[in-house]
Amino acid sequence: MSIEIVNVGKRFGDFVALDDVSVSIPSGRLTALLGPSGGGKSTLLRIIAGLERADTGKVDIEGVDATRLPPQKRNVGFVFQHYAAFKHLTVRRNVAFGLEIRKRPKDEIRGRVDELLALVHLEQFADRLPSQLSGGQRQRMALARALAVEPTVLLLDEPFGALDAKVRKELRDWLRRLHDEVHVTTVFVTHDQEEALEVADEIVVINEGRVEQIGSPDDLYDRPANEFVMRFLGPVTQLGDQLVRPHDLQLSTDPTGIGVLGRVARVTRIGFEIRVDLSTTDGQSVTVTLTRNEFLALGIQVDSEVRVRLAPGSPATTVSAPAARPATPTLAAAG
Amino acid sequence: MAEHSIVTRTQVGRRPGRYVLRAVVTAYLFLLVAWPLYLVARNAFADGFTSLNDILTDPDVTHALRLTVVIAVTAVVINTVFGVGISILLVRYDFPGKRTLNALLDVPLSVSPIVVGLALVLVYGGREGWFGPTLESAGLQIIFATPGMVMATVFVALPLVIREVVPILQEVGDEQEQAARSLGANAVQTFRRITLPAIKWGVIYGVVLSLARSLGEFGAVKVVSGNVLGETRTATLVVEEKYLNFDKGGSYATAFLLALVAVACIIVVSVLRPKEDR
Repeated sequence: MSIEIVNVGKRFGDFVALDDVSVSIPSGRLTALLGPSGGGKSTLLRIIAGLERADTGKVDIEGVDATRLPPQKRNVGFVFQHYAAFKHLTVRRNVAFGLEIRKRPKDEIRGRVDELLALVHLEQFADRLPSQLSGGQRQRMALARALAVEPTVLLLDEPFGALDAKVRKELRDWLRRLHDEVHVTTVFVTHDQEEALEVADEIVVINEGRVEQIGSPDDLYDRPANEFVMRFLGPVTQLGDQLVRPHDLQLSTDPTGIGVLGRVARVTRIGFEIRVDLSTTDGQSVTVTLTRNEFLALGIQVDSEVRVRLAPGSPATTVSAPAARPATPTLAAAG
Repeated sequence: MAEHSIVTRTQVGRRPGRYVLRAVVTAYLFLLVAWPLYLVARNAFADGFTSLNDILTDPDVTHALRLTVVIAVTAVVINTVFGVGISILLVRYDFPGKRTLNALLDVPLSVSPIVVGLALVLVYGGREGWFGPTLESAGLQIIFATPGMVMATVFVALPLVIREVVPILQEVGDEQEQAARSLGANAVQTFRRITLPAIKWGVIYGVVLSLARSLGEFGAVKVVSGNVLGETRTATLVVEEKYLNFDKGGSYATAFLLALVAVACIIVVSVLRPKEDR
């Protein structure tokens, strides 16, 4: 295990940012810390980097107890949401910074920086200032700068959060490919479940200072540990006292079939999918999403009588209280 | 769009108002600053270069000018080092009493320099001061000597560097510093390579303001210096002395030199200072 976080707690005044968190982050993988803002994921990342000090607990990086080490002795690369570019230095000097601090020979620095600039596709921008780059280019520069020192772990704090949707998607794919090439242990913080599911090998869901679940994207999506994870990772609807995914529900027009009886209240088409809102006989509103072909095959319309049931083998969690809100998970940490 | 249309309206609708305002401000500055300063210069050169020549060959005046420069430069160095240090402390760290310290830093600007002088005499005075006799018996004279004059000058110019640097430090934020730390830089390297270049123009501007203020300090220095001719008399004291002794030419010439240096400093910096500070 590359990063071992044991019983870490952190408060800011009365606010509990992290409450007795323990996580093991595997070597060489791409791990996402996922959760809503203010949930403590960035604080955890900053504690790993040494930019914040834990009140309690222990942090080991590659077998070394780093709990009391200052950031400059941890050999981590850190990438900030707002790039933290050194504004008075050219792209080349930005990337070279860590190597210059380490007093490497000039030739070696030059070679290594050229290599990294090629890796992040910024060769032709080497002599520009950060202010002359776009947001996506600045973030790639920041990444090259962090990688230059050959860090034991690479930490990214909402790295694509400040970029527009299109660039964000490009950089996301690019980060995934880069990681497949470089294989450095990488931890990134995000509040975007789609980003985490798409990019990460392993996801740690953090909410209100606690770990809700740790697992692969498939684990989390198919076997959510609790209601919070279920709600956070994708769309949900309620059928009886079960929380389920709208696309896991099946409709049938056979009045004698199995499932809950309901009446179609509304049909909305969103691109390739059709959303059908039902109202069951006991007055519950249920949302079902279908593909266009499924919808046409059923031949239903508003006011049709249908039966709805959960497709066998689909994930579901039991709703704890009738008024449960997305932000109030009920189960304790699963990790 | 909304913002754009508002801007347009103010530009069109208030154009006459803006010209009136501009004229008022220009006239105000002209009558209060430019014209009086010009008159000082004209009086200094009323007899050509005679007055200037006279004061520059008078050993007492040249001594006073040299003393002024020594005191001002020493005070500026001290204020720059402490000013940058205190600014970083105020912006980057939280500690009990921070607000009090912040408020105290404005005291030197609000207290009359003459009060500052008297206060320093009360503490460091050689005979009756609270601390002075002890220092004097150790062979260190503060009041009526250069150290006291430096202290008085440091006191009155204390907040100038801080007030220039603090807003820049706040605006720059600490992410660049954190990035430098995570890349292996220690505190000193981070300061030299990241923080200092970021606040460079604030420091330079603060230094220039402090220098101008220090060169021109009169009240506090007068109290603590004792105004001994050829020993503790500074340039501003020379101006007063000559003026009171009806040596108008010498007085205006010295005043002109003081004003020239201060104005030159500020002009040089505003020309050098880049439009975008960062």
